[in-house]
Formats: sequence, structure tokens, C-alpha cells
Amino acid sequence: MIWYIVRRLLQGIPVFFGSTFIIFTMVFAMPGNPVLRMFGDRTPSPQQIAALEEKFHLDQPFLSRYFLYLGDVLQGDLGTTYAGQSVNEILARTFPTTLRLALLAVLIQLIIGVLAGLISGLRKGGIFDNATLLITLVIISMPVFVFAFVAQWIFGINLGWFRPTVGAGAPWSDLILPAIVLAGLNMAYVVRLTRASVIETNQNDFVRMAYGKGLSRGRVIPVHVLRNSMIPVTTNLAADFGILIVGATVTEGIFNVPGVGNELFKAINRHDTPEIVSIVTILVIVYVLVNIAIDLLYGVLDPRIRYVK
Amino acid sequence: MTALEPLLSVEDLQVAFKTQDGFVPAVRGVSFDLYPGETVAIVGESGSGKSTTAHAIINLLPGSGKVTGGRVMFEGRDLTKLSRREIESVRGREIGLVPQDPMNSLNPVHRIGFQVEETIRANGLATSKREVRKRAIEVLKEAGLADADQRLRQFPHEFSGGMRQRVLIGIGLSSDPKLLIADEPTSALDVTVQKKILDHLETLVQERNTAVIFITHDLGLAAERAENLVVMHRGKIVESGPAREILQNPQHPYTQRLVAAAPSLASKRIQSAVTTGASLAEAEVEGADAAFDLVTAAERTADVATPDAPPVIEFRDVTKVFKIRTGGPKSIPFTAVDKISFSVPKGSTMALVGESGSGKSTAAKLLLRLEDVTEGDILVDGTSVPGMNKQELLKLRRKMQPVFQDPYGSLDPLHNIGNTIAEPLHVHGIGDLKSRKARVREVLDQVALPETVLTRYPNELSGGQRQRVAIARALALKPEIVVLDEAVSALDVLVQAQVLNLLADLQAELGLTYLFITHDLAVVRVIADHVTVMQKGRVVEQATVDEVFENPKTDYTRELLAAIPGADIPLGA
Repeated sequence: MIWYIVRRLLQGIPVFFGSTFIIFTMVFAMPGNPVLRMFGDRTPSPQQIAALEEKFHLDQPFLSRYFLYLGDVLQGDLGTTYAGQSVNEILARTFPTTLRLALLAVLIQLIIGVLAGLISGLRKGGIFDNATLLITLVIISMPVFVFAFVAQWIFGINLGWFRPTVGAGAPWSDLILPAIVLAGLNMAYVVRLTRASVIETNQNDFVRMAYGKGLSRGRVIPVHVLRNSMIPVTTNLAADFGILIVGATVTEGIFNVPGVGNELFKAINRHDTPEIVSIVTILVIVYVLVNIAIDLLYGVLDPRIRYVK
Repeated sequence: MTALEPLLSVEDLQVAFKTQDGFVPAVRGVSFDLYPGETVAIVGESGSGKSTTAHAIINLLPGSGKVTGGRVMFEGRDLTKLSRREIESVRGREIGLVPQDPMNSLNPVHRIGFQVEETIRANGLATSKREVRKRAIEVLKEAGLADADQRLRQFPHEFSGGMRQRVLIGIGLSSDPKLLIADEPTSALDVTVQKKILDHLETLVQERNTAVIFITHDLGLAAERAENLVVMHRGKIVESGPAREILQNPQHPYTQRLVAAAPSLASKRIQSAVTTGASLAEAEVEGADAAFDLVTAAERTADVATPDAPPVIEFRDVTKVFKIRTGGPKSIPFTAVDKISFSVPKGSTMALVGESGSGKSTAAKLLLRLEDVTEGDILVDGTSVPGMNKQELLKLRRKMQPVFQDPYGSLDPLHNIGNTIAEPLHVHGIGDLKSRKARVREVLDQVALPETVLTRYPNELSGGQRQRVAIARALALKPEIVVLDEAVSALDVLVQAQVLNLLADLQAELGLTYLFITHDLAVVRVIADHVTVMQKGRVVEQATVDEVFENPKTDYTRELLAAIPGADIPLGA
């Protein structure tokens, strides 16, 4: 077990270097000059340009820029945006909001997704099952931003149930609508996976045996059917996490949530190399850690899994 | 007996399964009575409706199944009319269940203790935590798990099949039910384990005077374990009555075929065959399928065997060590095959016999060079198999073909039968498209399959047909050696008899050499010339079939022989 965790963490090291390098290269390849962009319509003097280029190492060749940046990151300094803010501070400010949004989304997606999947799976071929399959198909086929705008327009503007954009301090009540949107896509997958898994588990001999030994339906379904069906659903959460990050960037932009995704969205528009690379790197590290955590959780859910070195 | 009220009375029970084409009947008017403390065995092939009958009694039919007629009277109540809650209180408490497949009948994610304790709690046998635990330990100890208190915290995958079945028997009997339904309780287990477990179960039900419905596909086993037999075929009872009477004097043609085909019974019949010879011939005439008769099949095999012929396969002190990975950086060596030696003369059949874990399948893999030997040498026609290079190996595989146990798993579901059989020809670059097609037709004919199967896919064939396809594929290259790894173990008795008969015919016709791997000594009797008995990777006994059966040298072989169900039942009386 310890060996397994150590090995997985070590595997994270090349992922870290690889992802930072790729992102750095991609941002480098983006068209436009970041210094000119800082001045907007005005044209800076050549001296101003030279000074700024030196400050941000923009005069250096590509590889040395990468290593200078990497050196800073390894010392715990994620750099400064071209606007002069510390990336560390930006992340400290925005991360908690995104975390709350993501948490809410995961909760919604699990509770509703698993419940709907369970009912569908137990009543395979019924009206509920068919309706669920149709609705999830619609959600899966729709891009997140369309889903987000539609939800914003219907529930935020027309019905007025929620505020269409998130207010200052991002209170929980304001986060519900963006969280539902963010949960939507993954939820559709959770429903389908749970449904398939419940159907499969239900055919196992141990479920029949559970009834055969005198257990009531109220006990067999949660303890023997649902419990076992959750194993693939949980494993899939790791993959879903990637979708969640992408979704957060779009959703936060549309609902104006002051989170990491929104910040990243703005940074990309500004060509802010240090900020983009740092935020994405942090997200990659979180992704790797979440995956390790879910793999370990898998072992808890399924005692047959042994972590071989 | 007659004055007694029956405990269970199944009256004209009908069960149907819902399919796309409407309801398909699975059980068509089954009736039988069971008195307290009595054991009745329901015998039949897969698909005969025997398990469905059992499940219908306790209302455990799968979603698409439905009782469409008849009654199941149990202590004055019709079980088919009970509400969900009422039947839930009958199950477990009054009617216990021991399921078919111990490997899959315990939930893999819950501890053994948890699964026993929830049964005790659900049936109201104890309520406080301590009492429940105490009762759980008692239940497991009674079922024959001596160190039950420590084992409560283990998971099912840490238990062997035999131990799991003991747990399930414990659960089934935990609330002292009046009736126990045992649905093929030991089909997945080794014969010696099967014997121990059934002996134990017998003691337990006798102590408690529990009535038992014992479901099995093995006629010999049924006759050995039950007073009364019910023989089912296609959803109907074809014959019922006292077990020995049915075995010795089967009335219905189907029962006669079953008795003739059961290898466990045939093994005895070879010595006392004269009297049953006539009835066998009749059975053959009655049989709808091609003639199969294990006695003559065995005799034919015996004729072919030429013990003085030079050995085609020779194992010389072969050892195989596997490295078992542990959680840490080290691995533990495990000797699967330990210095085994034997040789197989041309045109004969060598049976490798042993229980699971004896190393017999590993030996086959070594011969096929699917695994590399650690030490020792294997010779085929005098050439060392481990020393072969790629080209020589390809040549070897051309004359040595395998047939594996699972006909479902060893045929690619995406290839049709024609392509499956032609594939070895294609791989070895033999002939052109036209001659390959002709060869495929030829082997198909040899295994007695119609040409129409060529364009069909494995899922459209029955288990027996699939195994014939696997044999046809093995024959396509005109091999000299066929390695049969449990090739008939998954088949129903009648199909098994057909396949064994086919193998014997092909051997006589083509002069094939077989390495026949099986856990079932009864099958060995009818197919093999020589036997090598293996235990824990070692050879414990080697002799001709007759010697082993008449005069076993070691205790282990004697144990295996004693475990053949129904072997001591005299036939032809």
C-alpha cells in the first residue's frame, strides 16, 4: 500500500515537468505580443518595451525562459502576472470559491445521478428508465456553454429563481445554479453508469442469495446492489474530474463566479504566460492527486483489489 | 410415511419466461411431494427447468420469469400467492437456500462475518450485537469451519471454494429451516471436496430432520444422496421414484440415455456390462442424436492403444516455478510443477488427473510452450520443446493443437464458425482459399456438425456445438497431438458423452495422441489408456487406467476414486 502511494507520487514528477513544458510551449506559440497588449490602444516607447521585456524575461530565448520560470515555481513562487499581481495571491483568493463550486457540483451529480441511475436500473425498460435515458442523451449531446446559457436564461432571468450571476463573496445560494450546470454533464454519465452497473450487479448470484437467506428488499438493494454498483461509478469520478475542470472554466465565465476557472479564462485572453502556466500546473497537480485518492478509495470499496508494486 | 402430511407439495407448477416473442414456458406442469426429513433430488441437464422449479418455490425467479399456473403448498399456504413481505419471512427462516455457485454467491465486498450476521438478524434469531456474533460463530463452526471466530473478519476472496460453500451451507441452515433447497451445491468444487461437504451436509440435515430438495445434473450424485429422484427434461418430469430403482431400471428413454451417458456410472459398468448391454442398445435406438455409447467407445480406445509404440510426448523432470508478486518489492517463488516425468506413446491417451491447483493445466501450458519451463526438458518426437526457435515452434504447433475447457471463452465471438476453423490454416499458410474451404468442410463433417454452421457465430451455438467447433479447429491442421485441457468438463452429460465418443472415433481414425487433462476420474475411465495422478505439483501415481481403477497404489488416488459419486451403486440388477 505504502509502496503503491510512493510509486504513484513519483509518477507525478514527470507529469509535472511534462505538463508545465507543454503548456509553456503552447502559450509561447500564441500569436500577439503580451507587452503591446498591456498598453491597449496606446503605443509604448521602445524603452518601455525593453524594460518590460527584461522584467518578464521576454528577451530571453524560449528554453531559458522556461527554466527561469521553473526555478521560481520550485521555490514556491508561481510568478507575477503581467499586471503585477502575485499568482500565489490570485490562487489563494479564487481557489476556495472554485472548490466550493466543484464540491457542490460533485454532490449534486452523485446524489441525483446515483438515485436516478438506481431507479432506472431496478426498473429497466420502464417509463422512468426511458425518460432518464432520453434526458441524459440530450444533456450529453449539448455543449456546456449552451446548457449554461439556457439555464441562466430560464432559471435566472425568466423565472427569477436564482440570481443570474454570482454576487460578491459568492454565497452558497448563488452557487447552486452554476453548480447544477457544472454537474449536468457528469451527472448524465453517472446516471448511465449507475444504471448499467445496477443492472449487472442485480444479476449476480449473491443478490439472489441475499434474498434467499431471508433479507428484505429494503436491505438487499442498498447493502448488496447499490454498494457493489458504486465501485465503477467511483472509479469513473477520476476521469470525470477532468470534465469538471473544463466545465468550471466555462461555467465560471458565464455566471461570473470569482473562481480559478474565471481567472484562467481572463488570463488566456490576456496572453498572461506566468498566470496561465501556473494555474494549469496547479490544476494538473490537483488532478493527479485526486486520481491517486480515488484509486486508493477503489481499494477500500473493493477489498479484492491489492496494490501490487 | 403415508399418514404424514407432505411438508411441501408442488402441484402442476408452470413457469414461463417473458421474451420478445411472448412467454416461453420453462417448467410445464411439475408435481411432487416432499415429506418432513426426506431428501428428493431433481436431476436434469441445463435448461431442463430444475433450477427454475426450485427458484419458483421460493419466488426467486429472475425478473422475466413468472409462475403461470399450479400451486406450491407449504404448510397449508400457497407460496406463489404470498405477498412480498410474507415470502420474505418464509425465505431464510423456513426454507433455506444453498446456491449453485459458491464463488459468486457471497458478496465480494462484505466480510464473511457481516454476511452471516445479517442473515441471523434478518431472521430474528438474535438481536444484540454480542448474541448475533456468538450465533454467527456457532453457525460457521457447525458448517465445519473450525477457526470461525478468526475467519469472521475475512473476505470471500480469501476463502477457497469449499470453504465458501461451507459458509453458504451455514447460512442456509442458520435458522433451522424445515426445508433446504440445495441448488447444485457442489458442481463448482473438486470431487474430493464435494464428497466431504455433502457428507457434512447430510449429517447436519439428519440431525435436524430437515427436508432437502437437492438439484443436480449428476445422476450418480443424485442417487447417492437422495432417497427419491425426479428426472426433468424440457420442463417436464419424465420419471420419478426411489433413486436406486430409477438407476437400475430406468423406464423412460430419456432416463435410460442419462444413465448410459453418466461417466461415473459407466466406469462401473465396464466390469459388469454384459447384462446391461441389451438395454444400452435400446437406449441408443431411442436416442434422437447420433449413437454414443461410452462402453464401446472405451473398448475401441483400448484397441487403438499400443503401449509399445515410441513416445510422442516425453516429460523429463519438468519443473515450473512462478514468481508471486507481493505488496512489497520482493516476490515469492511458487513451484507449480515439481519434477514431473511421463511419456505418452503414439496413438494413445494419457490422462493428467488432479484437483485444482495440482499443476495439471500448467503442465499442458508447458507442453504447448505457452509458459517456459524452469528446469527439465519436454520432448515431442524426440525434439526438445524448450530449446526450439520461433520457426521450429511454429512447426510444432502445426502438429500439436489445444482444446480448452471453456467453449464460450475460447471462440472469438466476432468471427463466424467458418473463419474460426480456417484461422489456423491461414496462420500456417496452408493451401489457398479454395482448399482451405474444402478442409473446413471436411473437419466440420468429422465433428458431425452441419455445413450451415459455417456462417453462424459462436453465440448462436449450444455449448456442445461450440466444443465441437473448438475440436474442429484443432483438427484443421491435421495434428498428431491434441492437448485437451478439461475439454469436456463444462458440458452436460449427454453432450459430454457425445464429445468423448467423437474423440475416441477420431483417435481410431486418425491415430491421434491425446494429452487429456481433467479433474474427473470417471471420465478418465472411458477415454484414457494411461493415467498420471498429480497432487500439489507432483506425480503421485502413474499406471494404466485399469491398474489405477482396480488397484490404486496411493491413498490420494483411493480418495479420488472414492469421491466419484455413485460409483458404489450396483447397476443392472
